[in-house]
Amino acid sequence: MHELSVAQLSLGLREKQFSSVELTRSYLDRIRALDGHYNSFVTVDENGALAAAAAADTRLAAGETGPLLGIPLAHKDIFCSRGVRTSCGSKMLDNFVPPYDATVATRLRDAGTVMLGKTNMDEFAMGSSSESSFYGPVRNPWHSDCVPGGSSGGSAAAVAARLAPLATGTDTGGSIRQPAAFCGITGLKPTYGRVSRLGMVAFASSLDQGGPMARSAEDCALLLNAMAGFDPLDSTSSELPVEDYSVGLQQPLAGLRIGLPREYFGAGLDAATGERIHAALALLEQLGAILVDISLPHTGLSIPTYYIIAPAEASTNLSRFDGVRYGYRCQQPRDLHDLYTRSRQEGFGDEVKRRILVGTYALSAGYYDAYYRKAQQVRRLIQEDFLKAFEQVDMIAGPTTPGPAFTLGAKGSDPLAMYLEDVYTLAVNLAGLPGMSVPAGLVDGMPVGLQLIGQHFREARLLNVGHQLQQASDWHRQVPPVGARSAGEGVWSSPGLSPAERAPTEWAPTERAPAERAPTERAPTGGAP
Amino acid sequence: MSWEVVIGLEVHLQLATRSKIFSGAATAFGAEPNTQACAVDLAMPGMLPVLNEQAVRYAVMFGLGIGAEIGLRSVFDRKNYFYPDLPKGYQISQFQEPIVGRGEFEIQLEDGSTRSIGITRAHLEEDAGKSLHEDFHGMTGIDLNRAGTPLLEIVSEPDLRNAEEAVAYLKTLHSLVTYLGISDGNMAEGSMRCDINLSLRRAGSTTLGTRAEIKNVNSFRFVEKAIHHEIERQAEILEAGGQVVQETRLYDADRDETRSMRSKEVANDYRYFPEPDLLPVVIDQAWVESIRATLPELPPAKRQRFVSDYGLSSYDAGVLAANRALADYYEAVVEGCTDAKIAANWVQVELLGQLNRGELELGQSPVGAAALAGLIQRILDGSISGKIAKQVFEAMWAGEGDADTIIAARGLQQVSDSGALEALVDEVVGGNPAQVAQYLAADEGKRKKLVGFFVGQIMKLSKGQANPQMVNELLNKKLAAAGSDGES
Repeated sequence: MHELSVAQLSLGLREKQFSSVELTRSYLDRIRALDGHYNSFVTVDENGALAAAAAADTRLAAGETGPLLGIPLAHKDIFCSRGVRTSCGSKMLDNFVPPYDATVATRLRDAGTVMLGKTNMDEFAMGSSSESSFYGPVRNPWHSDCVPGGSSGGSAAAVAARLAPLATGTDTGGSIRQPAAFCGITGLKPTYGRVSRLGMVAFASSLDQGGPMARSAEDCALLLNAMAGFDPLDSTSSELPVEDYSVGLQQPLAGLRIGLPREYFGAGLDAATGERIHAALALLEQLGAILVDISLPHTGLSIPTYYIIAPAEASTNLSRFDGVRYGYRCQQPRDLHDLYTRSRQEGFGDEVKRRILVGTYALSAGYYDAYYRKAQQVRRLIQEDFLKAFEQVDMIAGPTTPGPAFTLGAKGSDPLAMYLEDVYTLAVNLAGLPGMSVPAGLVDGMPVGLQLIGQHFREARLLNVGHQLQQASDWHRQVPPVGARSAGEGVWSSPGLSPAERAPTEWAPTERAPAERAPTERAPTGGAP
Repeated sequence: MSWEVVIGLEVHLQLATRSKIFSGAATAFGAEPNTQACAVDLAMPGMLPVLNEQAVRYAVMFGLGIGAEIGLRSVFDRKNYFYPDLPKGYQISQFQEPIVGRGEFEIQLEDGSTRSIGITRAHLEEDAGKSLHEDFHGMTGIDLNRAGTPLLEIVSEPDLRNAEEAVAYLKTLHSLVTYLGISDGNMAEGSMRCDINLSLRRAGSTTLGTRAEIKNVNSFRFVEKAIHHEIERQAEILEAGGQVVQETRLYDADRDETRSMRSKEVANDYRYFPEPDLLPVVIDQAWVESIRATLPELPPAKRQRFVSDYGLSSYDAGVLAANRALADYYEAVVEGCTDAKIAANWVQVELLGQLNRGELELGQSPVGAAALAGLIQRILDGSISGKIAKQVFEAMWAGEGDADTIIAARGLQQVSDSGALEALVDEVVGGNPAQVAQYLAADEGKRKKLVGFFVGQIMKLSKGQANPQMVNELLNKKLAAAGSDGES
């Protein structure tokens, strides 16, 4: 059952081969049995899931149909979920139970999906390895010594390990695509503005975008159909009508012009990974695509540009976590200053603090022009690179990452090495473009991903190409060897990481009682009077 | 030594939108703490601002009202600082591209002269909540009802030269914004709060001295007092050879003094940058013009019209035009009674007098414009005298009904029947032979005075209802007749 596609699951539900409750229970059983290996869930909401599944069964019994009705999924723990703790991987929000749903959660609830729980992630989505979570690192289902990528590492691992058929993720600099590549699944970052950010805990507002993660492009299309669309409560969401992303999946690729930026195939790319990417591109060529060499000359500037803009926005987005209204508050503050400094000192992890410091510095009087303003200017150059390229080609392709998943702890002490992981993904966020990672085979038993970058709001074409590739290959059908490659080590131990330091002692991967202190009940009621 | 005072004002005006500038929560004043703060106002994780179109409309109305450039593209920025009543840790404001650019308006001083004051800019921003330091036993309570209330910050040029001008500026501003209906202008509830930037320089100097900023002064009277006090403080420092420190000061109304809040050295670096959660606000000229078309007649134009159309003095026109509700009331009275000057007199003397005595707002007046016009009509058609009319007005104020009802019920109709009046005159002339003799013996000058006695007696007998003009005519006739009788 866990190998079925979403379309097959939906058919099974409609034909009463199994009920949504049965389906949900089987996933919950799997999570209980296996997630000790992966730590991909922060919260599993058994009661909520079974209640939602029962409600879906009632709707199914009433003859209602819908491609996602009764289908279980997992939400990255960055999407606020009413009544279920939303931690964002941080001690700061360990006690935070939102009284509201993110728009994405509402849409998927309305579509009849069943939320199994909330997935683990880098703290406040800041990271590329899912090691910085307050709830301990996530393990790659393909090898437990390796990271699953990040920040949506919990979602990627859960989908790869068949603990959920679908998961939501968010991508600020590669946080959907990179973990999708490392875990051998398909993940799409939509065009900025395509999916509402309301109720998604903000990291970098001008870059953040939610998107689908699944085993195939076909499944991603179904999930994106329900996620995408204008939200009047998100001023940056697009009013452009949403297409049905499933409709065009079968379109042939003949004549499709795919640009290969030479900057994406340079010195930093692992040779074996490069071979896998070229093999995938050769397959696309066989399917009728035309490969064209192009250049994105400002690619190299995307890392410094991103690491100014994202921390700058993050430094002020995270100011609201001050210990005053919700979230972590230090014990017995002496005065206001002590309340602020200790709550934030104790509530945030190192990477978050590092980025707040960098961002605060970049925005400071006297440095603003040299850093933030300059970064915005370079951002425009990077956007122009893409727009120019799209005059010649319909789509751009290359590796999602420089190589397969690295081992846990390998880059934890070297932030710059970690930042280089995102070299092929950052520019897509800076330009607001849609990008997708699809599996492209294994390197030494570890998956690598092919990245496809589309024009603004051309998600349908990306999914079409991904689907055609997956019809002609079986890279996306490869299954990680569940639990078999943990190299005999205890799942919590790994070089360079002390679990006692990383994970709170009381934590267990099951449902936890909501914290007592719930904020006021009023939901936003819209803008103009 | 002679100092020139240089004052610029920053006014924070609460706009009269029903909901907040970036959320759907209500803005009404006086609710229980934290009952009008939604998830956006509380800065809950993942919440996003959505701009209230009405706030933009009001800002544009203000810009048009002072003839300012309207920013067809304006940008919201984040102003970052930590404070418990600022839930997001930043205030959404406008920094480099405000919605309203340079403009100016004319203020009228007590002596009737006018001065033109420049407005540097006006920008939209959100208000913070309130920190409540009392009643919490060493802790601070936070009320976020006000958080997110739309503010228009109006920055003047340093064109004001004394407290009188500053107060006149604020009064003119108050009149303008209440006319436009963009703010309730309720200063007691904080709808209009003022920061005063003040410096002194040697008379004749063209460079500015070091200024102090006095924060959050919220009444005309306190502005006046704070300015007087601050001028004195700075003059003392300068005359003693000292230097004024650039700092923020607080006016303490209880002690009538300003004191230092914080100096610039420890001032915040606000790290302004464009708010990524909101797109730039782009409006088009057609929209601006559609708003211009809805603007009401503003005080200067109205004052001018009252002078030219109604023949009022500039002063009377100024009083009546300063307040939109009063002007509307006045014009309704004129329409109902057709005599603009008598109407102006009654509105300014009787109506405003009663309102002041009762400490009432115009909206609470028990006598409406139509009712007052009805009363004035009775004066104009001779039914009652002006003096009786004041009695009737008081009865109307007390709720006894309209003018005609009261006149009829109390029998106050003026007596103009010559037969009835003649009988009264005969009675008084016949009943007071000594006074008649005295009158007849007096010369022309004294007679005028003595005739008052007879008029008074007649009015008394008639309970004030005798038509005074007819009484005078009849009395003169009768007294003249008495004189010729005596001589014959």
